[in-house]
Amino acid sequence: MDSVSLIGMVSVITAGLTIAIGSLGPALGEGRAVAGALGAIAQQPDEAGTISRTLFVGLAMIESTAIYCFVVAMILIFANPFWDRVIAGG
Amino acid sequence: MTISPDAVILWRWGALHINATMAYTWAIMALLAGGSWLITRRLSSGPGISRWQNLLEVLVTGIRDQIREVSHQEPGRYLPFVGTLFLFIAMANLLTVVPGYHAPTGSLSTTTALALCVLVAVPVYGVAAEGVLGYLRKYTRPTVLMLPFNVIGELSRTLALAVRLYGNIMSGTVIVAILLGLAPLLFPIVMRLLGLLTGMIQAYIFAVLAMVYIASASAVGAPRRGQGGAADTKGEDNG
Repeated sequence: MDSVSLIGMVSVITAGLTIAIGSLGPALGEGRAVAGALGAIAQQPDEAGTISRTLFVGLAMIESTAIYCFVVAMILIFANPFWDRVIAGG
Repeated sequence: MTISPDAVILWRWGALHINATMAYTWAIMALLAGGSWLITRRLSSGPGISRWQNLLEVLVTGIRDQIREVSHQEPGRYLPFVGTLFLFIAMANLLTVVPGYHAPTGSLSTTTALALCVLVAVPVYGVAAEGVLGYLRKYTRPTVLMLPFNVIGELSRTLALAVRLYGNIMSGTVIVAILLGLAPLLFPIVMRLLGLLTGMIQAYIFAVLAMVYIASASAVGAPRRGQGGAADTKGEDNG
């Protein structure tokens, strides 16, 4: 197998694995965070504003892990430096 | 498929070229500055205010309230920087309803520049609040051993700020582009709507995180910190 198809194959498979595994953890974490925030709002409805603001910020922090994985997957597929080098060299 | 508006060249002259990121950033700056100038030309404090003045007052009061709640300090010093960040990112993300528009926040260059502004603003506000030594001493809390970790944290959160905003906006664009190829009738519009919501939330989060970082750098010496809601009842004198 020549290097172009090898790099392409590895990149595509790795991109899929990256986003698949990388979205597991944030999904679990966000579920826990939302569940905790909903429980807190149910107990203290007066504090709903503060809780939801903190929840949004926290969700964004958790979600950024998945976003990093997404960016890496996008780089692997659309802006792969090794692919570009092999195409340019060959 | 282009995943960055940097690759969209609008105008080229020799080695100079203007890409979509720069052009639309200037457009947003012109829109914000020109709109504010037009509206604030005829301000009135009487009972009858124009609807645009009402809009601006709602925006500014809302941002002030949010800053006060997040930082437990008077918002006057932070309003120009944090408010500008929020308004710019929100406008950049909302304008995606205009056809042919590329959100400049979907380019890593723009978000890196914004995150670098936050990186610079944190020591500026910190030094202004408690002097050079007081600010530098914060890096050695709780012990001197934490010094490298504090420095690394400062840098990595800047990277996180940039990549978070870029990744969210870029992912919205890419998903719409993929859906245009798969199911072009209705689903791209739904995802666009979701992208508008995400864009607003990301603008809010960027501003809140910048405020949290700045407040944590300039908070210990501030007397109102830790008194809870006491700061909320202070007057709005330094606006």
